[in-house]
Amino acid sequence: MKHLIPEFDKLKARFPAGFESSLVLPCVRRIQEDRGYIDDSDIDGLVQYLKVPRIQIEEVLSYYTQFRRKPIGRWHLETCRNVSCSMCGAERLMAHLKGKLGIKPGETTPDGRITWTTAECLGSCGTAPVIVVNDKYHESMSVEKLDALLGGLD
Amino acid sequence: MPGKPLLMTFPVTATSHTLADYRARGGYATLAKALSSMQPGDITKEVSNAGLLGHGGAAFSAGRKWSVVNLNDGQPHYLCANADEGEPGTFKDRWILENAPHLLLESMLISSYALQVRNAFVYIRGEFDVPYQRLAAAIEEAYDAGYFGERILGSDFACDIVAYRGAGSYVCGEASGLLSSLEGKRGYPRNRPPRLTVQGLYKRPTVVNNVETLSNVAGIVANGAAWYKSFGTAKCPGTQLVSISGHICRPGVYEVEYGYPLAKFLYEDCGGMVDGRKVKALIPGGISTKVLTGAEVEGVTFDHQSLNAAGSSVGSGGMVAIGEGTCMVRLLQVMLRFYHHESCGQCTPCREGTGWMHRIIDRIVGGEGRVEDLDRLIDISRWNDGNTICGMGDAAGYATIGILAKFRDEFEYFIANKRSRFDGNLECRRSS
Repeated sequence: MKHLIPEFDKLKARFPAGFESSLVLPCVRRIQEDRGYIDDSDIDGLVQYLKVPRIQIEEVLSYYTQFRRKPIGRWHLETCRNVSCSMCGAERLMAHLKGKLGIKPGETTPDGRITWTTAECLGSCGTAPVIVVNDKYHESMSVEKLDALLGGLD
Repeated sequence: MPGKPLLMTFPVTATSHTLADYRARGGYATLAKALSSMQPGDITKEVSNAGLLGHGGAAFSAGRKWSVVNLNDGQPHYLCANADEGEPGTFKDRWILENAPHLLLESMLISSYALQVRNAFVYIRGEFDVPYQRLAAAIEEAYDAGYFGERILGSDFACDIVAYRGAGSYVCGEASGLLSSLEGKRGYPRNRPPRLTVQGLYKRPTVVNNVETLSNVAGIVANGAAWYKSFGTAKCPGTQLVSISGHICRPGVYEVEYGYPLAKFLYEDCGGMVDGRKVKALIPGGISTKVLTGAEVEGVTFDHQSLNAAGSSVGSGGMVAIGEGTCMVRLLQVMLRFYHHESCGQCTPCREGTGWMHRIIDRIVGGEGRVEDLDRLIDISRWNDGNTICGMGDAAGYATIGILAKFRDEFEYFIANKRSRFDGNLECRRSS
């Protein structure tokens, strides 16, 4: 994470003095964007940089669903299965995805390409069902659109 | 359009979210007016007189919340817009963030002046990608134009703002959980008192308002409390952005003037139900509000008084229309799985209760339900109510009690016959 410190310094300048603790979430997010996950060495680096207790970073990492401690596939598919998406066919999409990928939510394809997880309401209820691929929303999905989407992933 | 609009007053185009377009619509003129001709206390008074209520779900008076902040206490004060929109069925604030970010920013500047805030924040949920990009770009535009920073518009007023991204936690939408998260910690809600307006972010007086609530401030300050009160009803002034989804022909975000007939909204403005189905149930304001039956929708107007009288509430404006033939047992299963997943685990009744309710509903859907399960669900809901730090445990119970009170026969049928009475398009099996 050391190469990100100039970016973190800029971020810090936007916060009032004494807000170092607040930087935990944005720094963790940036590290994950960079490395794909949070490594033990990143935690060491952040403890040193932000002067926050190590336990605070560990707690944050185990609490928020978006943060991860292990690498995942090149493509991260998230399917919303909350009320509105389920009412508009999310369960059917998930059954299709299960057949296509041969994995269950929470798993990665054996070739390491695709990781599939479920998500709770993503605020795409009016354009349900939604599938998120590497943070990008794909809305009003259908089985056909899902096939086209999967076909476009390398 | 369901009544007169306050916020959705311009056509959405490829550039309508930009500073240039916002200025062309008269944007940031109200900030100039406030800084040049109004005292901070005048603004709070105007917001109080307007009767602006919180639009995030709790419907607490914005003016009363602001009035708690002592402008002469010598402490830093903070303002935070709650953009952690996560109540299932709700996507109205997303509309503001994507289409009117400068309206939010101008309103936050005026509010910051009123509350003598030097540092303001927008806490935006981590999954929102486009809304964050739009907001972040708007903040840069506003800084470049001199609306943030030192000596804003030549006055002594200075204000900075940070867009702070969450990372996937429903409970962070609760104001105190949000502030814990903004301190870089787990999003654990805090016991009140002390109120957040007394001890909030880093123990300093902090006002947390919903995105839509704040976005109404610019209009109120520009046109006055009396103007705002000319919208809506005498007891419930203003409008509410309603995001509607489910088995409805025209889902989306609508600005509904309080007092508008609910059935007219559903059948005329939103085009009625898919396949001409009847409304079986309506979740009026996010899944944590109690469901209304199709029959109950008739005669109700969309405002706090009418919806409260009907046993529900405006909530977060996240409306879900449920068509006839939908299995309510399976619908409740989706809801209880969600609450179980999102319980932060601090309070025993919620942590254990939501998991327990989830196991019971999974058992019922799996064909192994017991007759006593339904009373048990109600018992657990009641044990939660009022016994947790935040309202999430209560909400899981309200949703459960609301559905069981009106559709108990479906649950009894499911338990007795080990299958659903319906073949609706909610395809919800035993969850993993």
